[in-house]
Amino acid sequence: MTVESTAARTPRRSAGSKAGTTGTKRTTRTTAKKDAGAEPQLVQLLTPEGKRVKNAEYDKYVAGVTPEELRDLYRDMVLTRRFDAEATSLQRQGELGLWASLLGQEAAQIGSGRALRDDDYVFPTYREHGVAWCRGVDPTNLLGMFRGVNNGGWDPNGNNFQLYTIVIGSQTLHATGYAMGIAKDGADSAVIAYFGDGASSQGDVAESFTFSAVYNAPVVFFCQNNQWAISEPTEKQSRVPIYQRAQGFGFPGVRVDGNDVLGCLAVTRWALERARAGEGPTLVEAFTYRMGAHTTSDDPTRYRGDEERQAWEAKDPILRLRRYLEASNHADEGFFAELEAESEALGKRVREAVRAMPDPDRFAIFENAYADGHALVDEERAQFAAYQASFADEGGN
Amino acid sequence: MADKMALAKAINESLRRALDSDPKVLIMGEDVGKLGGVFRVTDGLQKDFGESRVIDTPLAESGIVGTAIGLALRGYRPVVEIQFDGFVFPAYDQIVTQLAKMHARSLGKVKLPVVVRIPYGGGIGAVEHHSESPESLFAHVAGLKVVSPSNASDAYWMMQQAIQSDDPVIFFEPKRRYWDKGEVNPEAIPGPLHKAQVVREGTDLTLAAYGPMVKLCQEVADAAAEEGRNLEVLDLRSVSPIDFDSIQASVEKTRRLVVVHEAPVFFGSGAEIAARITERCFYHLEAPVLRVGGYHAPYPPARLEEEYLPNLDRVLDAVDRSLAY
Repeated sequence: MTVESTAARTPRRSAGSKAGTTGTKRTTRTTAKKDAGAEPQLVQLLTPEGKRVKNAEYDKYVAGVTPEELRDLYRDMVLTRRFDAEATSLQRQGELGLWASLLGQEAAQIGSGRALRDDDYVFPTYREHGVAWCRGVDPTNLLGMFRGVNNGGWDPNGNNFQLYTIVIGSQTLHATGYAMGIAKDGADSAVIAYFGDGASSQGDVAESFTFSAVYNAPVVFFCQNNQWAISEPTEKQSRVPIYQRAQGFGFPGVRVDGNDVLGCLAVTRWALERARAGEGPTLVEAFTYRMGAHTTSDDPTRYRGDEERQAWEAKDPILRLRRYLEASNHADEGFFAELEAESEALGKRVREAVRAMPDPDRFAIFENAYADGHALVDEERAQFAAYQASFADEGGN
Repeated sequence: MADKMALAKAINESLRRALDSDPKVLIMGEDVGKLGGVFRVTDGLQKDFGESRVIDTPLAESGIVGTAIGLALRGYRPVVEIQFDGFVFPAYDQIVTQLAKMHARSLGKVKLPVVVRIPYGGGIGAVEHHSESPESLFAHVAGLKVVSPSNASDAYWMMQQAIQSDDPVIFFEPKRRYWDKGEVNPEAIPGPLHKAQVVREGTDLTLAAYGPMVKLCQEVADAAAEEGRNLEVLDLRSVSPIDFDSIQASVEKTRRLVVVHEAPVFFGSGAEIAARITERCFYHLEAPVLRVGGYHAPYPPARLEEEYLPNLDRVLDAVDRSLAY
């Protein structure tokens, strides 16, 4: 565990603030990272300056997006960021033991999350707070595990959003198996598996690529390459751009600007359409940046410089959509003011819910260890109860 | 209508019955389809139930268990085969970290009815990694159930019950007993899955075993009987949970206990049984609980396995030592 001071050095911006407007001229070569092999393609529909660029292949997937839907995407990103900032604050205040911030990855998560249908199924890592938001999982439910009152606790089937997976990459196999089941059922829903650049090195991810390809499973592998696996840059994981790995497994891979919500929406819709049409898996690499620390226990100043972060701030996902909305007159001041008020209300609600979250009953240790029960668990629960009861004579515990 | 059949065939018949009665049951594994498994345990099942239900998988054990978890989340009841005991470790992470814990993590909302079949144990002259007994490594993990039948009838019925269980079950098949025949009555009403069975009544000492060692213990009891010693043999059948009540009842009668397993003695299931039975039966015991099992050394080459595995004389030696107290 490292010192607890880093997020304090990380200025959090409230939704829609002007922070990050400096340096907007810096559009390319923003990281020191270079990919080996061919120059990677990058699907981008919205530039960092908020300019809509045409794309012959993917425009049709967002052609019907209305101004109202654009405002909704903006709202989703702002509220997700506000929730995330609140959770970081709650960790600093001692209300949460840990928080894994998604700051900077809002477009990747909202763009892909809003491409999904209700009957699709999501297999997240532990950082998919924006996707959870899209699925309708109450944000306060995400905080139980970070407060230490449970290890998940929401009903995965309630919103087709599986529990957070902490051991990286494992969930890609679950996603593949679930997708194999969809195919067996003859349904036309699809699965999306989230993972990161670090997890791309895991054997389970490679095996999920193999299984999904062999069985032609309707699954979208959505890799958020946020450039850093705690302290290790992406070049410690791969010599080729991650999306190019798909080719060796026999399915397409594409890199999208992960800070471009429209691009992420379009590319994910395309990949889901392939899955539904029986064309099998797709790998999407959303090229983005983890603006904050890995978690609240991490200290990124030990392994990366400020310039890199500043360069990515210029490509902020929320800022660019705001610019587009303003330039195209799709949103007025009233919308932004109303959203700011909504953000603050969300922050307040989350704050109050976390502070009111009770510690679990001590007997919860034994609950749900097994579905059909287990003699030893029963025996140990009874011993524990007798031990606790032994304090009663001393005037209670 | 009891038929006599080999233990492997009994499992085959049980899997066939499960596939037939529940469309959600799937068989997955390496070579389980067209070949029928390297031990032919799944012989003919793909032919009769199709490739969608009896699935030849890529050769990736973590992938097999990981995708089975996903299929279970979708409502299926996968029965996966790990080809040999020593091949399970690539899947150990998925089994321990994911399969065992998901029910608890979801506060009971998710159930993972997955059966992991593992042919285990030695005595067949196999090459390295084909003769191991890793049951304690799974019994140590909360969320898993671990069973091992010793005979054809139990193999049939315990497989039925494992598939019906809403908990993940690690099903250890005693591969050296695959060809041993026994009566199987598909009309019978089986006892509880995790209950031990007295397979031979006796008064002088209890031999407790499961899987491949039950037959050995019966042979030991026969040999001891020739010397006028009346041993009780308990088939534990389940390693998690362990039916301590039945062991206790037997030991309160015989006052002596020897536990036999192929797995190394050190941190083996016999250690747990010794500790708990000592606690439960302290005033009944005439001798310390003794254990006979493998040594704390890698499983040896086949030419040495008879020295490594418990055999008639080694168990009789433990019986003598116990009775000498």
